[in-house]
Amino acid sequence: MDASTYIKREASGRIAIKMGSKSERVMTWTVTVLIALTIAAFLFFDYTGLDLSKAIPETFYNLKTMFLEPALSHFTWGQAFYQMGVTLGLAFLSTIFGAIIAFFLALMAASNLSKAWISKTVRVIVAFVRAVPTVLWVLIFAIAAGLGSEAAVLGMLFHSIAYLVKAFSEAFEEVDQGILEALRATGANWWHIVVHAVLPSTFTYLLSWTFLRFEINFAVAVAMGAAAGAGGIGFELFMASGFYFDLREVGMITYMILIFAIVLEILSTKMKERYFPAAAKSAN
Amino acid sequence: MNEKTMKASRKWQTIFFILLIIGMTLASSAITGFNIIHGIATLPKAGAWILSNLMITQESLERLPTILEKLLETILMSIAATTTGTAVAFFLSLMGSKTTGTKKVFGVFARFVASASRNIPVVAWALILLLSFGQNSVTGYLALFVGSVGFLTRAFIESIDEASQSAVEALRATGATYFQIVFKAVVPQCMPQMISWILFMIETNIRNATLVGILTGTGIGYTFDLYYKTLNYNAVALVTFSIILAVIVIELMSNYIRKVII
Repeated sequence: MDASTYIKREASGRIAIKMGSKSERVMTWTVTVLIALTIAAFLFFDYTGLDLSKAIPETFYNLKTMFLEPALSHFTWGQAFYQMGVTLGLAFLSTIFGAIIAFFLALMAASNLSKAWISKTVRVIVAFVRAVPTVLWVLIFAIAAGLGSEAAVLGMLFHSIAYLVKAFSEAFEEVDQGILEALRATGANWWHIVVHAVLPSTFTYLLSWTFLRFEINFAVAVAMGAAAGAGGIGFELFMASGFYFDLREVGMITYMILIFAIVLEILSTKMKERYFPAAAKSAN
Repeated sequence: MNEKTMKASRKWQTIFFILLIIGMTLASSAITGFNIIHGIATLPKAGAWILSNLMITQESLERLPTILEKLLETILMSIAATTTGTAVAFFLSLMGSKTTGTKKVFGVFARFVASASRNIPVVAWALILLLSFGQNSVTGYLALFVGSVGFLTRAFIESIDEASQSAVEALRATGATYFQIVFKAVVPQCMPQMISWILFMIETNIRNATLVGILTGTGIGYTFDLYYKTLNYNAVALVTFSIILAVIVIELMSNYIRKVII
């Protein structure tokens, strides 16, 4: 056999210098499909009542009014901070309860700490819960449990639990198998293993995830106020733009939300850098 | 002695931490008017209500074609917002990253744009854009687009910074131009990571699109809101299930892609 049979050639007869691997093929396909879908999307869009030549300058004018001349007109600073407190409170409650419940569920979902069928069941339920957008949970609970902070907290709680169970159980599964075996060999029961091996080695990780979720829940709480009538600063934002058409007030509220969100983001980045610089990067 | 004081101080730290959490929980409950006992008590009632009312019936199934059309619109809207957002975020992240950044001014500018568009909530963008763009798909698309640019820029900057410097340095040593360096050294290395982030963003955007739809009157969110406000709970259930199905299918697909490319 001569060597030429082993050389891959392109259709034109040139020697192929690139070996297409599966991952490369999948990447090319993904990108192609996404671009095709994007073009389809722009053809499919419903453009009723859209006049770009008017809408774009108008938006810039609105943005200018909002950000350069912010002012409060329908409520006072005191009320504004109170509403901010309500939003932060909703976010905090759903995060803290979510973290506590998610901790126990994650113990059941982690494959190294629990039976295979329990782990599978919890995972499937969690994936299902996570697929429902938070706003739908809040709206459904609003009719089922009556409107109010309970519906908002319960609705946000569902999604927080689902998110944290996934993050926590992945953290638990990364615990060194040797530690668990060593403890098992000494005759430690399941709770001993959890309290003395799993918890100490993952605690900062859990804390960091919980804080990240708090950051997300703050944005979610704003959204729930606007879309589901859960109260707080989001509701004021919705009223200012949807009912009073008061752009200056919208600007002021947006500034307040922006400042809080940036402070939370800086805190959570600092926390990540301090406790687990390597893991923070791969976390999504 | 030293060990003892350390242990004692850690104990106090733990106690302080727990008290702080309890205090904040109580304060939050007070300010929001949340009553945990009432909350737990309503849970079974809510569950019973969901089971008895959120049922898909024959009558609601007749609305399936309209719902599916809106769902398709929403999915396409999320994908378009993500891909176009990717294009913008790519250039912003090139400016913002330490590896590929050219001037400090551009870097600061890129990070500022990313931070502002990410941290102003999607809700605020949707409400602002609604005022001048009106009730159509473009409003929803733009609101998602702005959020995607912010998030993806941050993610891409991290991916580019993480990629190894040596390839960039090697190419620079050969006298390659800036864009040769970017497309031959940076992009091939970051591609799997970036695609993974894009897929994650599409998943997030579909969920966000529901919220944006409720506010701006577009896509599946509007359909949900319409049935919700007319108390047609069977149709509400159908809409919810179709969203769940779409999200899960897309999640499975992106999990598969992620597994192959990384």
